[in-house]
Amino acid sequence: MNIDDIKKEFPIFDDKIQNNDLVYLDSANSSQKPRIVVDRIYDFYTKEFSNIGRSVHYLAVAATNLYEQTRVSVQKYINAKDKDEIVFTKGATEAINLVANTFGQKYLSEGDEVLLTELEHHSNYVPWHFLRNAKNIKIEFAEINDDGEVTLEAIEKKITNKTKIISVSHLSNVTGAILPIKEIVQLAHSKNIPVLIDGCQGAPHLKLDMQDIDCDFYAISGHKMYGPTGIGVLYAKKKWLEDLPPYQGGGGMINEVKKEGITYGELPNKFEAGTMATAQVIAFNESIKFMEKIGIQNIEKHEKELLDYGLEKLRKNNSVNIIGNPKEKGGVISFTIEGVHPHDIATILDEDGVAIRAGHHCCQILHDKLNLPATARASFGVYNTKDDIDKLDEAINKCKKIFNL
Amino acid sequence: MDLKDLYQEIILDHGKNPRNLGKFDNYNKDAKGNNPLCGDNVHVYLRLNENKKVEDIAFEGHGCAISMASASIMTDMVRGKEEKEVKEIISDFLGMIKEKDSLENNILKDDEKTKLMSLSGVKQYPMRVKCATLSWHTLTSALDNSDQIVKTEE
Repeated sequence: MNIDDIKKEFPIFDDKIQNNDLVYLDSANSSQKPRIVVDRIYDFYTKEFSNIGRSVHYLAVAATNLYEQTRVSVQKYINAKDKDEIVFTKGATEAINLVANTFGQKYLSEGDEVLLTELEHHSNYVPWHFLRNAKNIKIEFAEINDDGEVTLEAIEKKITNKTKIISVSHLSNVTGAILPIKEIVQLAHSKNIPVLIDGCQGAPHLKLDMQDIDCDFYAISGHKMYGPTGIGVLYAKKKWLEDLPPYQGGGGMINEVKKEGITYGELPNKFEAGTMATAQVIAFNESIKFMEKIGIQNIEKHEKELLDYGLEKLRKNNSVNIIGNPKEKGGVISFTIEGVHPHDIATILDEDGVAIRAGHHCCQILHDKLNLPATARASFGVYNTKDDIDKLDEAINKCKKIFNL
Repeated sequence: MDLKDLYQEIILDHGKNPRNLGKFDNYNKDAKGNNPLCGDNVHVYLRLNENKKVEDIAFEGHGCAISMASASIMTDMVRGKEEKEVKEIISDFLGMIKEKDSLENNILKDDEKTKLMSLSGVKQYPMRVKCATLSWHTLTSALDNSDQIVKTEE
């Protein structure tokens, strides 16, 4: 694959940003959007718009079909058994909240334990914390090791006969560690514990096969997969979606509404209350097609090359400290520079058009463990090149110069 | 935008070697502040004597060069001032960071004003204004005996 050609598909790189060529190294936060995705939203609103689901006029039927086509595309992309196992949400955050809320309502009571890890994003901790308050449950954290990984053994160590669900990241947005999710699922299932995978960083970068992984739930963020904001996916095994109570009430999710009582709709409508992000769902189909056209294996290979090149380059750059050294690692390099706060790094890099993120990356538990208030993070997407990493390295040198290091 | 306006020598100096960093025993007012965006935090301690004069002031915390320098310069500047004067300086400083071109108070000496103006470079960096103002809002909170933790989001 030719990265220059792929990059041309992203309009954001057409123009200078603040007089610089954009070096976008913040894809773990959100990816840029290819033209076909942006155009799809425009075309839908200008030529095809209607609400979906209810009306029988031409536009409504056509829009409903488009919306449902994305569901089938996602199903195929992640190899789910059934299209009804795909629930659209406003993001991965809502997907996790949906599970925590409904599973919590039905299956958790005082003293029960939910097992997370120390490297979880706040979106895979806070929804469970709500249950800690409401139901007096306990939250356990599997520990990271010195390399910034969570091993199968670390998970096993924290499983007790009170563990009711395990919820873990596929790929850490800070250390880049790829967790052994298939093994975790096998272990959990041998003890009859369901598993939710936070796939925010997994889905954009790794091959997904729900039937092979065999997890119970998998949360996906659309905007990290070259898709629009406001769209996410909850994959859940059908037995769970049938079993769990609805999450939100409203139009579209019901079967029959009477003064005496209400029955809920069939899957997947049961979990899609109200008017959904229709245009975004329809445009998300283009993101899936975009990734399929390149091939996830090629994306993985490209990002691995960038990662190896970046790690080598930054390790040579004296005084850059790289956070974590996992054996299986995605395209994320978090780092600190002795004597320069990550925010100052980010501001100085930005002056040269190098966009990174600085802060705790919504992982305060992890940063507390590392005893660091903040880190700087460069993360890759399919459009990044080795030249981007060279520019990152140059900008880091400039930063050191400003701080007289 | 020019990085030299933001990272002036005086900022780098105060950022690297903050003055009044730490805590002292007989403080009678204090407050905490944090920046939820990045996890930076500051804890300001001061001793107000019977004449409402700042007898001593110090701070603990961690953050970027801008926030450390701002807290360092601020604590230097308000020591020995009366509470009323401190409040005027705070309001003048916050006004300058937000919109005004210069400082208008008659409390600080010219060289002190120059020192404080070294922080004016953050105006060009809206995301960094909060770094410069966190310790000042926290000082207000300490003077007002507020139990609320100051958040830069507000």
